[in-house]
Amino acid sequence: MTQLVQQYWQQYLCGTLAHPSGLIVTLWLTVASISIGFVLAVPLAVAKASPVRWLSIPVSIYTYVIRGTPLYVQLLFLYTGVYSLDFVRSTPYLNSFFRDAFNCTLLAFALNTGAYTTEIFCGAIKATPRGEIEAARAFGMSNVTLYRCIILPSALRRALPAYSNEVILMLHATTLASTATVEDLLKVARNAASDYYLPFVAYGIAAAIYLSVSFTLIWLFRKAEHRWLAHLR
Amino acid sequence: MIFEGYEGQFFRGTVETIQLSLLSLLLAFVLGLLGAAAKLSHSRWLSVPATIYTTLIRGVPDLVLMLLLYYSAQDWLNRLTDALGQPQIDIDPFLAGVCVLGFIYGAYFTETFRGGVLAVPKGQIEAAVAFGLSPLQLFRRILFPQMMRFALPGISNNWQVILKATALVSIIGLHEIVRAAQDAITGTGSKGAYHAFLFLSVVGVIYLGLTTVSNLLFLAAERRYSAGISTRAL
Repeated sequence: MTQLVQQYWQQYLCGTLAHPSGLIVTLWLTVASISIGFVLAVPLAVAKASPVRWLSIPVSIYTYVIRGTPLYVQLLFLYTGVYSLDFVRSTPYLNSFFRDAFNCTLLAFALNTGAYTTEIFCGAIKATPRGEIEAARAFGMSNVTLYRCIILPSALRRALPAYSNEVILMLHATTLASTATVEDLLKVARNAASDYYLPFVAYGIAAAIYLSVSFTLIWLFRKAEHRWLAHLR
Repeated sequence: MIFEGYEGQFFRGTVETIQLSLLSLLLAFVLGLLGAAAKLSHSRWLSVPATIYTTLIRGVPDLVLMLLLYYSAQDWLNRLTDALGQPQIDIDPFLAGVCVLGFIYGAYFTETFRGGVLAVPKGQIEAAVAFGLSPLQLFRRILFPQMMRFALPGISNNWQVILKATALVSIIGLHEIVRAAQDAITGTGSKGAYHAFLFLSVVGVIYLGLTTVSNLLFLAAERRYSAGISTRAL
């Protein structure tokens, strides 16, 4: 057991500069997919909440399909499914993108969390008190100003509790990257477990690290809620 | 035929997925009720372990727990059989899948049921006690039907998560839909390149069908458990 820890502690946490692995890869995957998902979700949530049908229906189909299928299937689809198409392999740009496991994983995670985040933000936008919108209209605000100054700042704040849940679920979902040969924390644990035949120790270390990251995130979001939801306390 | 002779595998895989999810749901439901009872009890000996259970399980990714529990259990079993001089026993992946999924999602159900119980007005329970109902009658006639109304959205959510989590069990060697698709992809590897795309799309459509049907069922259940409650305040 001490041998396992001695040999693998660096890989569990950060790996080397040339071969990053473990916690640092997990955190990078989480941060990158959450950021892309956020950028994707804000305009999509506005579109989904809009009364214009041809804006809201395509977004509804996107969130319905993503939320109705497992992330593992989505990852396999992007990683092995898309790459099995002839035109993808014969287009140089697509070929180099989909051949890389990390790109596919990140794309799958970002699209997945984007759909859930869209639903969360859309719910918050729809729950904006009518009076606020009417007041903004009475002030002569244009649609863009209305969203930029009134609806989005208040909706994104109110979405914070649900959004923190989604961020933690995303952290947990990054474990799937290990099935696509990405060297994340779980992949290191799997290597260590098969190297030493000590599954409980190897996976237990990974579980403890994931647990502490989850707690840190919960603590950070509690701080953020304290600050940005001060007006609702 | 688009399935290239693998339609039987896909069908069996779908049945396996449904069985696995339903049995895990049953186990998680029972564990959730017990966990909620323990967490709400005044005895420290019950509430502290239940709190540790829900906190630990919900803080660790389900895939990590799945691998941890499955491989550790097999490892310990091997050591036990070695020590007793018995031949090695392999844990059945289906049984392991049900136990692990049920154990993990039991923690989520515990929180759902705890919230549901807390949402039932206290006066209802006091009235039932004053009427002289036994604890079992109180649970069956007063607490459970009302708790279910508050817990249903959470239960529906957890069920969808369990259904989708069954895809992970293919990693520990169970032959459900994802595994069927992977087998089919390996089997048809030389015939045509687009098969991986096709088979994985089929898996996606099957899951989409299952989640849609369960959504409809939960809508019906919500209507049933909200009988006698007016939905419009205005």
